[in-house]
Amino acid sequence: MINFNKFYKLFNLLSLSLVVISVLLLFFKGLNFGVDFKGGTLIELRANDKNINVTSLRQSFSKMNLGDFNVKKFGNENDFLIKIEKKDTSANAIEAIKKELISSIGSSFNFRRVENVGPKVSAELLKSGVIAIALSLAAMLFYIWIRFEWQFSLGAILALFHDVIITLGLFSLFNLEINLSIVAAVLTIVGYSMNDTVVIYDRVRENLRKFSDIKIFELTNISINETLSRTIITSVTTLLALVSIYLFGGEILKGFSLAMIMGVVFGTYSSIYIANPILVKLRVSQKTILKEDTK
Amino acid sequence: MLYFSRLRIALVSLITILFIYITLSNFVKFDDNFFSKKINLGLDLQGGSYLLLEIDNGPVAIQKLQNTTTVIRNYLKDKNIIFTDLRIEDKAILFNISKQDNETVKSFFLEKESEINPYYSQYQSHQFDLLIQENEFKLTLSKYGLVKIKTSSQDSAIEIVRRRIDEVGTNEPNILKRGNDRILVELPGLDDPMRIKSLLGKTANLTFRFVTQNNSDTFGVETLQFEDDVNEALVSKRIILSGDNLLDAQPQMNNQTNETVVSFTLDRVGAKRFGKATRTGIGKQLAIVLDGKIVSAPVIRDAIVSGSGQISGNFTFQSATDLALLLRSGALPAPLYIIEERTVGPDLGQDSINAGVFALLIGFLLIIIFMFFKYKIFGLIANITLLVNLFFLVGILTLFEATLTLPGIAGIILTVGMAVDANVLIFERIKEESRNEKNNMIAFDAGYVKSKTAILDANITTLIAAIILFFMGSGPVKGFSVTLAVGIFTTLFTVYFIARMLTSLYVVKNKEKVNLI
Repeated sequence: MINFNKFYKLFNLLSLSLVVISVLLLFFKGLNFGVDFKGGTLIELRANDKNINVTSLRQSFSKMNLGDFNVKKFGNENDFLIKIEKKDTSANAIEAIKKELISSIGSSFNFRRVENVGPKVSAELLKSGVIAIALSLAAMLFYIWIRFEWQFSLGAILALFHDVIITLGLFSLFNLEINLSIVAAVLTIVGYSMNDTVVIYDRVRENLRKFSDIKIFELTNISINETLSRTIITSVTTLLALVSIYLFGGEILKGFSLAMIMGVVFGTYSSIYIANPILVKLRVSQKTILKEDTK
Repeated sequence: MLYFSRLRIALVSLITILFIYITLSNFVKFDDNFFSKKINLGLDLQGGSYLLLEIDNGPVAIQKLQNTTTVIRNYLKDKNIIFTDLRIEDKAILFNISKQDNETVKSFFLEKESEINPYYSQYQSHQFDLLIQENEFKLTLSKYGLVKIKTSSQDSAIEIVRRRIDEVGTNEPNILKRGNDRILVELPGLDDPMRIKSLLGKTANLTFRFVTQNNSDTFGVETLQFEDDVNEALVSKRIILSGDNLLDAQPQMNNQTNETVVSFTLDRVGAKRFGKATRTGIGKQLAIVLDGKIVSAPVIRDAIVSGSGQISGNFTFQSATDLALLLRSGALPAPLYIIEERTVGPDLGQDSINAGVFALLIGFLLIIIFMFFKYKIFGLIANITLLVNLFFLVGILTLFEATLTLPGIAGIILTVGMAVDANVLIFERIKEESRNEKNNMIAFDAGYVKSKTAILDANITTLIAAIILFFMGSGPVKGFSVTLAVGIFTTLFTVYFIARMLTSLYVVKNKEKVNLI
């Protein structure tokens, strides 16, 4: 048996500081929003001419008076991703860019993907993304409250906040792009982290019924250990799936799978080191559970 | 929990075979007409264009106010009420009357079945909100008045959009209303939406009006630019003909001048009016105005009574074709703006499919190997279950003809990763139970019973996330939530029917073995 509970304090301190750092990052550095949430134009193009590189593309684009833009390699040697901040959704905006590119570097490229999002739409998408995440947190809180007791609900929700905030903090730290698929990833993280927490909580509840003489501090540790091999195996299989998406699923899914990988790691950790210490702090005992049974 | 009747075994096997068949029918062409449903590929996988259009109802609202001022003017004149300063200002109609007439006029606006409240009986709402300050009346469109304007212009706009897109002839376009002032257009397989975008960007409001030198024309005059943005002409506001009078329009080669023109045919009313106007206007210039710009302004040489004519004006064959198409499909009630566009080329779509399928295979293989090493024979059972799960998942998506997107493929891979969780929970529980319980049958049964609540709770939480994502997410992300949600159900089904059945068959045969798992 591993004494997880010996490190409750230490890891709580670590988590707390990570969350604080993440919040500070989010406040002062902010997030790198993609065109979905900021508006603007995204072009993925493939050059057929080997001589075309980031520098030559940057030169051509800077001649077009498009305001702030960003050119980078995207996966393959000849694939580039260009992001233009200017919010021009007029019918011929893309066509104009295409024409100017042809005249400055020749016609040896094709536009593989174009996304053009107006300011109104991006604001709406951001709003609905935030609402979706808030709503899912609230729904989880409610569900656990019904299935368990409020102490469990609080513990689970704090663990969720911990995972979501740290994942977003890491996105801020490494300047990774936040787009629609990241919102999907965050919601899935919420589901996964909850899933993990619930399995341990279910065991804690069962043990609370079984043993009236063991203190919650000890009891959480027993429960974590009993479910430990499951926790590890499921994390491993989920990570195997996610890593294969990250490595082989193409450039578009990279951000999504990376967010999920972070989420799974933190979700597993928080189920042990956030969700359980909270139960200890809230002095959960057999009484808490029996009250539920007699209802 | 471990007992399975023969009937049940047969039933489960039958369903499994059915779903394997359904799934495979996506990839293999079976020689029968028994089942023809297929998974739809999202625009991000098959390539295509997604356009979100917003209707600018400003001009329509102003038009409505203008029409209403006419109604008000006529009413006031009719009742011999003296009014001053009838005007439109900042989306409101304003006018002054003397105080003694206040009640009369007010009752006109509040009357439920007057000309000014055309749909009171339907919506229980007045068309205008009324504000009376001293002698001044102020009318603004009410909430329902605005909604009515929006929905009716959306109704006619979507019709015109559909006609224009159908004329271009793209594959199975998907044209839907969004809210009450937006239209969503999905064009599968279209990798360059330039032409459609420019066709949808034009209102195509066509009028024939005389060019005039006379500033005091009774209908008023305005200065309009030619399409070249350089030349201008003074044009009467009197409309001789509008696009509504057109029956047909086609691009044509004029053999004499070797120029591309758009020839048109007028309806009877139009032909009559056109004949009359051209007869009286010989020698005058007739401006053909499209969306506020003069296309051309030929001099009338003869009366045109045949009800057909030609529009010339520096057309290429393409631009003449497009203009003819726009004229045939009719004018939009209000300008449309593209507020969101997402286009994926077909080769990127194919690349995404390849990458997604490859990632799925690798992920699946890794998990199978891992599970087999961890649980041996029971790992094999879990793996068979996983494979069947995959067939069920894809099969159900096929049955519902769901749309598979790239994030949707990610959802399938993720489901594969998380699906073994339920079996792992059960196996681990059985291991625990076996430590105290030497009877395999009892230990296995207890394992299944005691792990049930954890499995259920764990899956419901993921399902909640998926449902919220479905309602809040858009496009490709929605596809992800669908596969995630369906995956949860197929996982539970396969774990409790397939895996449990295989486990029970094996355990019943090996009752006496120690350390079975």
